[in-house]
This record gives sequence, structure tokens and C-alpha cells, in this order.
Amino acid sequence: MPTVSTKSKSSRSIHSDNHTLKPEQLLRFYSYMRLTREFEDTILRLYQQGKIVGGAYSGNGNEATAVGSASALKKEDYLFPLHRDMGAHLVKGQTILNLMLQHLARDSGLTRGRDGTGHYTDPSLRIYGNISPLGAMVPVAVGVALASKLRKERVVVMNYIGDGGASIGEVHEGLIMASAMRLPFVLIIENNQFAYSTPTTKQFLVERLSDRAIGYGIPGVTVDGTDVVKVYEACTEAVERARKGGGPSIIESVTMRMHGHAAHDNAWYVAKGLLEDWKKKDPIMRFEKYLESAGILSKEKKASLGKEIETQIEDAVRQALSRPYPPGEQTLEDVFAK
Amino acid sequence: MSNPITYLEGISEGLREEMRRDKSVFLLGEDIGTYGGAFKVTKGFVEEFGEDRVIDTVLAEAAIIGAATGAAIVGMRPVAEMQFADFVTNGFNQLVNVTARYHYRNFIPVPLVVRLPFGAGLRGGPFHSVSPEAWFFHTPGLKLVAPSTPYDAKGLIKAAIRDPNPVLYFEHKYLYRHVKSEIPNEEFVVPIGKADIKREGSDITVITYSAGVHWSLEASGIVENEGISVEVVDLRSLLPIDEETILRSVRKTGKVLIVHEDTLTGGIGAELSAIIGAAAFEFLDAPIRRLAAPDTPVPYAPTLEDYFLPNAHKVADAIRLLAEY
Repeated sequence: MPTVSTKSKSSRSIHSDNHTLKPEQLLRFYSYMRLTREFEDTILRLYQQGKIVGGAYSGNGNEATAVGSASALKKEDYLFPLHRDMGAHLVKGQTILNLMLQHLARDSGLTRGRDGTGHYTDPSLRIYGNISPLGAMVPVAVGVALASKLRKERVVVMNYIGDGGASIGEVHEGLIMASAMRLPFVLIIENNQFAYSTPTTKQFLVERLSDRAIGYGIPGVTVDGTDVVKVYEACTEAVERARKGGGPSIIESVTMRMHGHAAHDNAWYVAKGLLEDWKKKDPIMRFEKYLESAGILSKEKKASLGKEIETQIEDAVRQALSRPYPPGEQTLEDVFAK
Repeated sequence: MSNPITYLEGISEGLREEMRRDKSVFLLGEDIGTYGGAFKVTKGFVEEFGEDRVIDTVLAEAAIIGAATGAAIVGMRPVAEMQFADFVTNGFNQLVNVTARYHYRNFIPVPLVVRLPFGAGLRGGPFHSVSPEAWFFHTPGLKLVAPSTPYDAKGLIKAAIRDPNPVLYFEHKYLYRHVKSEIPNEEFVVPIGKADIKREGSDITVITYSAGVHWSLEASGIVENEGISVEVVDLRSLLPIDEETILRSVRKTGKVLIVHEDTLTGGIGAELSAIIGAAAFEFLDAPIRRLAAPDTPVPYAPTLEDYFLPNAHKVADAIRLLAEY
């Protein structure tokens, strides 16, 4: 029987030297987290400017979870991220421009304007984006894991769901199939305290969402989702276990959704004090402090990285805005494959 | 021609041939492996193809359809079995929100077949008898086929497996062992999107599919003695609809009866009526008639189910009314 650990190791004072990661790897995490935040802030700005015509979502507070988890994957592994996981898209190799084109509904975007945000598939990078009915991609991701197992490939499928989406029946069905077939599947449950306006107190009685793993007979752990190193370590363990044929795992990553559900929502229903508490645990700020104190990140590097990211995003925005929307009559194409 | 085979054997033969032909084809569903399927369509398959290609799944239709979709988008050719078509509702979100829209949004083929044992006549009651095709008929991105003969059953399952799109394959449980005919020994495929004239006639066109074809053929024989010549168009594919074949027949006869086992309101007959009304109005000598089950759940008691279902005599009566018009 696999052992089920649901004890969250105390990780409030994170970023001790109790890890074996090299400075380059840590800096890589840091860069991607910075890039993620800047990208998502830009998305919100474009929304305010009326340039994003539909919903715009922010993963502010979730950067360590998105970056740390996807960093545990290899190129050949599959990523099934959520809308607050832009960091995961970027780590898996998606370009800023492609993500921008998607958000701006341009013809040259990955879905050619048929869908927005991270709702796309890029088979060359093995990224399979979510759809709006959350949980629907869990069985699909499990099916990709099944196909990989049938083909005897040693790959892993990583999929994400939120504290809200985890209530959907398809999540259970996917997990029950993945566990019964011992498929190489890792589900990250991003517990960011709110499903739109509904707090976790109205969503479940379990202490930790990883406790649900017991019901599937698979390992489940809860990690501090604002600690990129802890997320990375927990995910690496689950991913490598899955790769060796050890079956699926659940990782609950505890974070806070620092913005509203989407750009239109100012989250008035979230207690100010709660946000202030979480602000102290801002994943980027905390990691930055650690890197600085460990002598890994210099003031110069920090500044130059900021500039570099800003330039990259500005370029992508400029390029994407210059591209056209798809012509209306393209509506009729591609309902079927030929 | 071979020895006569049943409709069910037609499906089995088609599945087996495609699995031998293409290693990426695999089956998944409840009780399809060791047990051979609730109706024995996959009897002997696990022995020939092994447990990796004939997969007994957990009892979870959303997971079955979702997993099949996942396997399809990475290049496999899964055939998912719903034990009864009634249970497909558990996987409805997968089919309409994920599967059907996948290519349109991502330009990735979804070569998936979902087999749906459907239809009444076996005293199955409200949850083992439904004809759910109209729920999916309204979903862009899906193809729907519903064979009526062993030949079409075999040819269409092969075409469905080879199609790069999700195909819902409606196999009628009553026809499984009640219909038997010879089929060619040589390999053949029945193309999706082509209707078939199952009987030629000149006075009235009956448009139907699946079990309706057999009621309509029997009814055509009955009214022939009364001097009414009936043409029976078997749709075979519900999506896409073969409008050309339908309209050609309607223009020839000028009178149309649409027959289906599914309930009347919002059924496929409604769309066919609109198509014919728009494209062949000036050829019509009578209002388009529809014969379908009443708008009720499928009831259990023999008296109730018999009342609910269309049959050859009800079709013959509807034909007579049209002939008199």
C-alpha cells in the first residue's frame, strides 16, 4: 500500500538551505515567477484598456505553484494547466507572444481567435490548456496518461484543478480511473481559498484537500504554495514516482488568490486582513529575500532582469496588437477535421 | 457472400477487422473485456487482442469518454462503449464541451468512436431503452451514424473508426439478434454521410433510420397490396445528413413520411421537415408527416412500451393517410 501523508510540513519559515538545488535553478524559478507576474499584470492592464475583449484572469499569488510544479516536468511530459498557471505555460516553453496573441484573440494565435486565455493546445510543447467548465480536462489528461502507458512511453501527465473545480464529478472520475489503472498522472490542487466568491469553508469539510487521496489509495501531500522550492520538490517526487510506474498522486498547493475571480471582480467579499496576511507571504518577495540573503541574487541582476522582462513583454504586446483579428467568415471553418 | 450474420456480428466483425488493421485502435468500456460486453459484442476480443487493447474500465462514463478523447488527441483511435446509450448523459459534458469542440479550437483531430447501444423493444424500462440521438444532433463537431442492417453495421463501424472526427455510433439493441443477412466476403466500408434507398417506390417517401427502417420496409410490403408504392430512405448517417438523396426522393414522390423511434418534439424529423420544406416545397403534394414516439419517457410495462413504440402497422396507417391526401 502506498503511504498517504497529508501532514503539511511546517514551512512558514521557508527557503532555508535545506535543499539541493543549484543557484542557476533557483534563479530560473525566480525569473519565471517575475515574468509570470509581469505578464499577468500586463494582461490586466490590457483588459482595463479595453484591448482584451473577454475575461482576463490573474494568477497573482500563484506564481510559485505554477512555476515550481511545471519545472518538475521534462520536455516529453504533458502539461494540462489552468487559467491561473501562466507560469506553467511559460516554463513548459510557451512564448510570451503566443500567449499574448491568445489573450488578444488574434488570427495568428494558437486557436486563431476561436478561444482565449490559456484555452489552447500546443502539441509541439505538449501543453493542453483548460476549458471553462473546470474539471473537464481531468479525464482527458488521464486519457493521455493511458495512451502513454499503452505506448510504453515513460512520460508523466501533470494536471491542475482549483479548490472550487475539485468539487466537479469529473475530477473524481478521472482520479478513480487513474488510480485503478496506476497511470502516470499528477493532479495539483491549487487551493487559493476562493471559488469565485465562495470561500473554502463553504466548499468542503476535510482539513486538507490532499486528504482526498486516501479515498483513491494514492499519495497526497499538502505544500505551501507560496514556496517555489517546496512546490518543486513535492512535484518532482510525485512526477518521478509516476514515471517509474508508481501511479498517480495528489498535491494540494495552498495559496491565495490575490485578485478577484477575473478582472471585472474586485473581490470585495474577501476580508482585507486576509489579503494583508497573505501579502506578507508573497511568493516572489519571499523568494527574492531568500536569494538575496543567500548571495544568489544581486541588486544588479534583479534590476537587469526586470528590464529584460519588461522589454520582452512590451515587444510581444506591440507585435500582438499589430496583428489582425480573424476574418468573420473563418467562423465556418474547422468544425471537423478533414 | 458470407453465411448470413447478425447485426451484432456485423459490428463485431467490423471492430475486429479494424483492430487487426490498425494497432492504434483500442476499446474501452465497462465489462467489455473478460465478460465480453453486456451484449457480447466484444466476446473473444480480449483473448485475441489482450487487456491493453480491450480495457475493462471503472464504472464512470465521463472518465471513459474523457480518457478516450485524451487518447484520441495524442493519436490513438479509441472506441469507447457505453453499456447502454442511456448512460451517455454521465459523459455529456465531455462530449459536447470537450470532444465536439476540440478540433475547432485546436485544429487537432479527435478520431474517437463512442458506441451507443440504444433503443427500446426489450422491456428495458426508462433507463435501458432511450434513443438519445437528438441530444447530440444539435452539437456541432460530432458525427452521428445509426445503421439498420448487418452490412451497414459493419461498414459504418469501420468508417467511424477511420474517421478523424468523433463519431457517435448508435447500435440498436433490438436489431442485434433480430436482423440477419448475407454480407460480402471482401472488405468494404460504408461511407459516413451517405443515405441508402432500401426500397424503391414512386408514391411516398419514408425517411427513417435504424429500427425504423425495418418497420417501414414491412409497412411498405403491407400497403403495396393496396396499390401504394413506397420508397424507403435509410439515412444511415444522421450527421452529416445526406440532403441530396433525401431531396431526390422527395422530388420524385411528392409525399413524405418521417419515421423515428425517438420522441417527436425536437427530434431529427423536425430538422428533416425544415430541410425538405425549404428545399422542395414546390414538389410537395401533401404536408410532411412525422411518426415518432410520444413525448414521454420510455415506459416499462409491455402494454405501455408497445403503445409507446412505432411499429409496421402504425407506419402503414400513416402511409395510408398520406396516400389519401
